[in-house]
Amino acid sequence: MSTPSRTVEPRAAAGVRTITFAQAVNEALAEEMRRDPAVFILGEDVAEAGTPFKVLSGLVDEFGPERVRDTPISEAGFAGLAVGAAMTGMRPVVDLMFGDFLTLVMDQLVNQAAKTHYMSGGKLKVPMVLRTTLGATRRSAAQHSQSLHAWVSHVPGLKVALPATPYDAKGLMKAAIRDDNPVVIVEDKLSFQDKGPVPEGEIVIPLGQADVKREGTDITFIATSSMVVVALRAAETLAAQGLSAEVVDPRSMVPLDTATLVESAKKTGRVVVIDEGHQSYGVSAELAAVVADGAFYHLDAPVKRLGAMDVPVPFSPVLEDLTVPTPEQLTALAREMCGARS
Amino acid sequence: MTGRSAASKTASKKRRGRRAALEEPSVDAARHLETYRQMVRIRVFEEHANDLYLTAKMPGLTHMYAGEEAVAVGVCDALRRDDYITSTHRGHGHCIAKGARLDLMFAELLGKAAGYNRGKGGSMHIADQENGNLGANAIVGGSAGIATGAALSARLRGTDQVVACFFGEGALGQGLLYEVMNMAQLWKLPVIYVCENNLYNEYTHFEETTAGTILDRPRAFGIHTAEVDGQDVMAVATVTAELVERARQGEGPSFLLAHTYRYYGHHVGDIQRDYYRSKDEEAHWRSERDPIALYGAWLQERDIATADELGTIEAEVRDEAEKAVAFGLDAPYPDEGEVTLHVYA
Repeated sequence: MSTPSRTVEPRAAAGVRTITFAQAVNEALAEEMRRDPAVFILGEDVAEAGTPFKVLSGLVDEFGPERVRDTPISEAGFAGLAVGAAMTGMRPVVDLMFGDFLTLVMDQLVNQAAKTHYMSGGKLKVPMVLRTTLGATRRSAAQHSQSLHAWVSHVPGLKVALPATPYDAKGLMKAAIRDDNPVVIVEDKLSFQDKGPVPEGEIVIPLGQADVKREGTDITFIATSSMVVVALRAAETLAAQGLSAEVVDPRSMVPLDTATLVESAKKTGRVVVIDEGHQSYGVSAELAAVVADGAFYHLDAPVKRLGAMDVPVPFSPVLEDLTVPTPEQLTALAREMCGARS
Repeated sequence: MTGRSAASKTASKKRRGRRAALEEPSVDAARHLETYRQMVRIRVFEEHANDLYLTAKMPGLTHMYAGEEAVAVGVCDALRRDDYITSTHRGHGHCIAKGARLDLMFAELLGKAAGYNRGKGGSMHIADQENGNLGANAIVGGSAGIATGAALSARLRGTDQVVACFFGEGALGQGLLYEVMNMAQLWKLPVIYVCENNLYNEYTHFEETTAGTILDRPRAFGIHTAEVDGQDVMAVATVTAELVERARQGEGPSFLLAHTYRYYGHHVGDIQRDYYRSKDEEAHWRSERDPIALYGAWLQERDIATADELGTIEAEVRDEAEKAVAFGLDAPYPDEGEVTLHVYA
């Protein structure tokens, strides 16, 4: 549950500015680059192109090609450059076009960025951000559709944030840039044009604060990134059927706000974890274990997981749509767990 | 080889504000003796590291730099303290040459809290940022990105710092190196890629793993190249001074190929080496191509130092190293609470 000290997404209301997820990310980067000359962006097609998703459009006009730096198609190379730049006084933001390309940067991220502070006994720091994407159903097939955030969440030394809304996208990006550690921000590429309330002015969301996106009493949906909207839709359907679902978004995998997850589980007694990574050995398993461990005696049902099917993402839309959890699946599972008649 | 003659020609061009190349007549005896001392410190350090391993006092294992001293010392002679280096799994020599203390290094090798990195890095990860050493790296070629990024950082911060990226010829097999050399040349970054060709990728001769000609690789990017006898510390220092000057002037990266040899095996446990290199070959390098002996002879020929003076330096270094080993052995291990410290800054 939220407390007054928390940074909580405002509900849409008259007079609150509404912008897209992409605009929120763009605004966060621009504000931080104005604030701190050490911040710069590098990646493929980040300058004039503003990335294929147009999230960075216009930044090169204000900050120039030195600070919004187009690179060759060399993911490991520019990720490595970011590590070295971060170790020597800069705050690079690496743009990794697709989350699938994490495979190409893993040594720089896992063996270099994540371990430098520890291996150096605290002498060196790597304050860098790597922003990338997750999410299927864009008809992009198996190498442009994966949700691999579990991989980076498994590595001590990395922080991992998963914004689900424009407000969180802005606030988490600003916190990540100011963080003295390597932070991976994974954005749902289908959400870039989604709109949400983002008030004018400074928004910094500390990493490690969950947000209760919808309050409820019968069941808790712990949902990440692209699955927050799925959980909210399911909660809407369930409300019409007389069941009250709470939707909790951890917002960051590392650090993880275990207290808020456990508190909600204790309140409702039933929990489904829903995440777009493959279900096996994934983020959903870790979150389910955290809840089971912290709220065991308050649970009325086993903690359930809903993740992507354990198959490579197929191209054919008919097949692809089968692989990702849907509001209908979640609704049915929740009704079953609550003992409601189907 | 460009070696001495070409390098000397460049060195004779007077440039204001730069450090004199080691070969120039203006360099005084004290600097020569300091260079000699640095090479001896590396040699003696490695002898102790080997002993600590063989007597089971050192956890894990280590990769010895003995035989290659002239490369690290020659390159670092041309660098300022605020210039950066990145190093390798065979990194003790780079670390010492860039200014590290032996006692804090031994403490690190022994996993002690007094070590450079509180015992958490060990032999393959010593970092000494106060002297510009961004760290040794246990991934072959893994620091090429870091070095190039530090060079980009120097540019963006508006400093004239230069970065030397040390790697063995084994790293020529890693794709990362070519990705970052491409960017370094595109953006004229102040980085010197120092390829220490000690002939062996672990247990395999480099000719079995390396197609074409090594220097054709950086040349394909238009990167300025140089080649040097890595057993000749003055030649290394002189050619590096030229490359550093280019980098400081904004003329971009360079690639220095240094021919050298490692006296020990790939690591301390690599004792039986006959199957990949002969004892005759090892004996030849030790007797004919030893960088410390060659430099010592040169210093005596020029009356810069007597045999006695060089002997005194060695005795002083042996004394320093013995005290440093004792410091490391006596130092306490980290408290158990350290295990969760420094995961995050």
